[in-house]
Formats: sequence, structure tokens, C-alpha cells
Amino acid sequence: MSDTAHDPVPNRIHARPVPRPGRWIAAAIVVVLAAMAVHGLVTNPKFRWDIVWAYLRDVTVIRGVGWTLLLTFGSMVIGVVLAVILAIMRRSDNPVLRSVSWFYIWFFRGTPIYTQLVFWGLISVLYPTLSLGIPFGPEFVTFQTDVVITAFWAALLGLGLNEAAYLAEIVRAGLGSVDKGQEEAARALGMKERTILRRIVIPQAMRVIVPPTGNETISMLKTTSLVLAVPFTLDLTYATNAIGNRLFEPIPLLIVSAFWYLLITSVLMVGQSYLERYYGRGTGSERPRRGGPRRPRFGRQAAIKASGTAKDDPFLEVTP
Amino acid sequence: MTTPMVEVRGAHKMFGDLHVLRGVDLTVAPGEVCVVLGPSGSGKSTLLRCLNELEVLTGGSVRIDGELLGYREDAHGTLHRLHPTAIAQQRSRIGMVFQRFHLFPHMTALENVMEAQVQVLKRSKAAARAKAVELLDRVGLSDRMHHYPAQLSGGQQQRVAIARALAMDPEIMLFDEPTSALDPELVGEVLAVMKDLAAGGMTMVVVTHEIGFAREVADHVVFMDEGVVVEEGAPSAVIDAPAEERTRDFLSHVL
Repeated sequence: MSDTAHDPVPNRIHARPVPRPGRWIAAAIVVVLAAMAVHGLVTNPKFRWDIVWAYLRDVTVIRGVGWTLLLTFGSMVIGVVLAVILAIMRRSDNPVLRSVSWFYIWFFRGTPIYTQLVFWGLISVLYPTLSLGIPFGPEFVTFQTDVVITAFWAALLGLGLNEAAYLAEIVRAGLGSVDKGQEEAARALGMKERTILRRIVIPQAMRVIVPPTGNETISMLKTTSLVLAVPFTLDLTYATNAIGNRLFEPIPLLIVSAFWYLLITSVLMVGQSYLERYYGRGTGSERPRRGGPRRPRFGRQAAIKASGTAKDDPFLEVTP
Repeated sequence: MTTPMVEVRGAHKMFGDLHVLRGVDLTVAPGEVCVVLGPSGSGKSTLLRCLNELEVLTGGSVRIDGELLGYREDAHGTLHRLHPTAIAQQRSRIGMVFQRFHLFPHMTALENVMEAQVQVLKRSKAAARAKAVELLDRVGLSDRMHHYPAQLSGGQQQRVAIARALAMDPEIMLFDEPTSALDPELVGEVLAVMKDLAAGGMTMVVVTHEIGFAREVADHVVFMDEGVVVEEGAPSAVIDAPAEERTRDFLSHVL
């Protein structure tokens, strides 16, 4: 019995587990259903897998993927920058800034993104020229609206401005999650409000802000398919739909676009899980590792998490 | 007579309808250690927080080293509220230590002590670091400089918090129940640092329940109840021979 020599528990319990027949039954049912689904997909000629395979690598489709990614990340950048400004305005002592922020969030969350995108597409009809100047007074610079705001910029602005309203609420919840004692301690040291926000509050709020923002990015990837409302005609959904209609084969092209969305989402999900682990949320960081406890690496985010000054908010997942 | 370090006149503080301070006068001379005692809800913490504008008085005035806190008084005696930047500048000369430490959790002990030196006093990183190392050594934490607050015990965190306040070269240190959140075996190490500070001639206002500390270190003990100063004087008078019934009653519960 060499085993017991190393075991610090001399009377370790070796019991048989509770029988779980339900698991086996469930597994059998799932296997049958999965086989039926695969059979239905593979043998049905209407799926036209040859067309799916041909267009998966089509130049227009790949360009569509590129435009979709550009719209996703471009609008998220606009959204994040605006959201931080809106969230800080919302906390301001200045009642004008507070109400402007409130109004913005109320309006952009309260109307459908589709309607907003149609509006951005029509802006050059509403305002054929844009000019900088004094209201009712002289104008200094004048632009042709349809030259400055092309379909791409209309789509990007529409998505970004809408997203800012949702992200602003996430940022606001993040800033609000930081313990008030932190601000007080910084104030007692003579720090100015701006320094307190930049050096003390925001670094701690990031734990609460970043994971749902990753989630919003994944959601935005699919929201970009609505840019046909502008109309912007180069993104993945529009490109594949156009091909599908031209070939009178909509189904294989829907599969092509679904494949690409799934692939990009999967990549983003991997990134998201790293983000969540870094910011100490989810189960990944708490679960003890196989093969004995790993020496805990005590990082900045772990330190913030352990101190409990920035609370997790279960109502933070705000997806349009 | 020298200018008092702290001069509170007729301090009133209302939180909505709640009248927390009901006309408090307090004078603390330079280099003096003033301990404020009193039951919870007596207004002693509120008074302390008014000494660095974390709470704004409803009535009365606070002067630190002769300078009116939070306002500018013009020739006609009209008060003008100071700009937040000017108030922040006043606060930077007043050190404060909190019951719950409030260290910045995303910074190591060293970075906690350096932060306001760099951001507020605009010291160079090298100068701030040197000062921080010196102060952490002084509070006995030279081997814990690169630890995050979450890796430190309560007593160690509070000593870092004291070092963080001292790094600003304050004219006065305020302590708001600095040992109340600590396990009993950790209270001593924090009190030792405070005694050392008092021996070095720092002006201190300490709100605490540590009667032993008050008796040993205080020059001046103030007993507050229901928003007023009931009794004040030397510890030998207030603690050992209280004149007021309320003081005797309170001391019989804590001693």
C-alpha cells in the first residue's frame, strides 16, 4: 500500500457515486436528435452545399466580412468614446450637462436602431448642405451633405451613436460601482475631481465596465446587418442576400453569412473569455487548477477584486 | 499667543432635518494631540470630517492655521465659496486617516504613498518614491512596499494609510476611529505609529474609543454628546475626574 504512505488523509472515503441513469438517457436522446439534424442537413439537396462551398470564399463575401468588421469596431470606438463622455456628464454637478446626457440616452435608447439608420441615410435629403456658422447669422464653412456623409459614414454614425447610449449606461454603472470611500480618500489627499476620476475611479471601474463591453461588441457584429436601412450595401448580410437573390438560391447564401458571423463571434468569444478572466469575473479564475494549486499570481485586477471596492452588478448586461 | 492650528467656532451641521452639530467650539494648539471621545451619534466623526471639508458646515467656521476653510471673506464680511481647486489645495495640507483605511486597491503600498505626491504636489516620481520608501520604513513596512492592499493585514493597511497622509507633509493629521475596524491584536501596531507621530510634535485630532491611548498620549480630551462639547480639558481631568454626569456615564461603559 504505497498510496496510503503519501496520503495525508489515512481514512479517505472511497464510496460509489450516486447512479445517474438520467444522464445516459439524455445523452442517447441528444445523439439521436443530432444524427437526425445532420442527416436532414446533408441529404436535403435544397441546401445546395456546392453553392455554399463556392461562395464561402467569394471575393464579394470576403469583402463583406471586411466591411462588417470595420463597421463593428468603428462603431464601438465611436460608442466607447461618446459613452465615457456621456457617463461623466451624467455624474457632473452641472445640471445642464446632466440633462443633456439623460436626454441623449433617452432618445437613442428609446427609438429603434433601424429607424435611426434610415434617418441617417436620409440626412442629405433633410439637410442638403451642412455649414458651420452662427445660428441665424453668417455661415463660415459649407459642405455638401452627401459628399461628407456617405452611406458608410451614415451607417457608422448611426450604429456608433446608438451604441453610445447603451455603453453610457454600462460606464455609468461601472463608475457608480466604486466605493464612495475611494473618492473620499482621494479628496482628502487634495486631489481634484478630474484626477480622482482618471487615477482612482476609472481604473477600478474597468473591472465592471470591460466584460459587458466585450459582450456589446459581439452583439454589434450582428446589429451591423441592419445597415441596409441606410442603405449601405457592402456588408456581409447585404452582400450574401444580393448574391442569393441573383442566383434565386437564398438558402445557401444565408448559410454562408451565418457561417461567417458564427466564426467571427467564436473568435470574439475567445477574446471575451480572456477579458473576463483578466478582470476576475466568471468561474475561470476561481476554479482550482488540476494538478495541485498553482502559485497565485497576484495582479492588479486580482487586487481590486479582492478588495471589493468595485462591486459586480448583476443588471449590467444591457444588450439592445 | 500663537495662532491655533485648529479653530472651530459655533459649528452647526444639519443633515436634512437631523441636527448633528449644535454649536461646537474647539481650539487645538500647534503640536497638540486632541482626542475626541463620545458615544456613537454624538457628532464627533462629523466634526472631524468638517475639519477638511469632506462635510460642509451649515453654520459657523473652521480655521486651519488661521486660514478660513472653504470660503474667502471679503472686506464687508461677506463669504464667497472657494473654487473646488482651492478647496482641494487646502485639503492637501490636512492629513486624514479613515476607519476603513480606503487605500487604493489597484496600487501597491508604495504607489499608494506616491500617488498624491505626484498628482497633487507635482513632485518628481523619484522624489515621491524616496519619500514613500522613507515613510513606509518609518511605519515598519519596508518589506511590504510592493504588496497590494488586499495582501496586507488591517493593521498594515492602516499604517500604509498613515504613511500616505504623511507623504503630503500635512500641518495636521485627522484620525477617524483609526483602530475601530481592526482585530484586537492589530490595534497596538497602529497606536504605536500614532504615538511616535505625537512624540514627533505633529498636531493631531483623533476620534477614538481607545481610552488608554487618550490617557497616555492626549494633551487635550474633548467629550462630545448630542452634537455639543460636554466637557474638555486635560486627560487627567476629563477621564480620571469627570465633572459631568454624562461623561461619567459614558466612561463607565467603555472602561
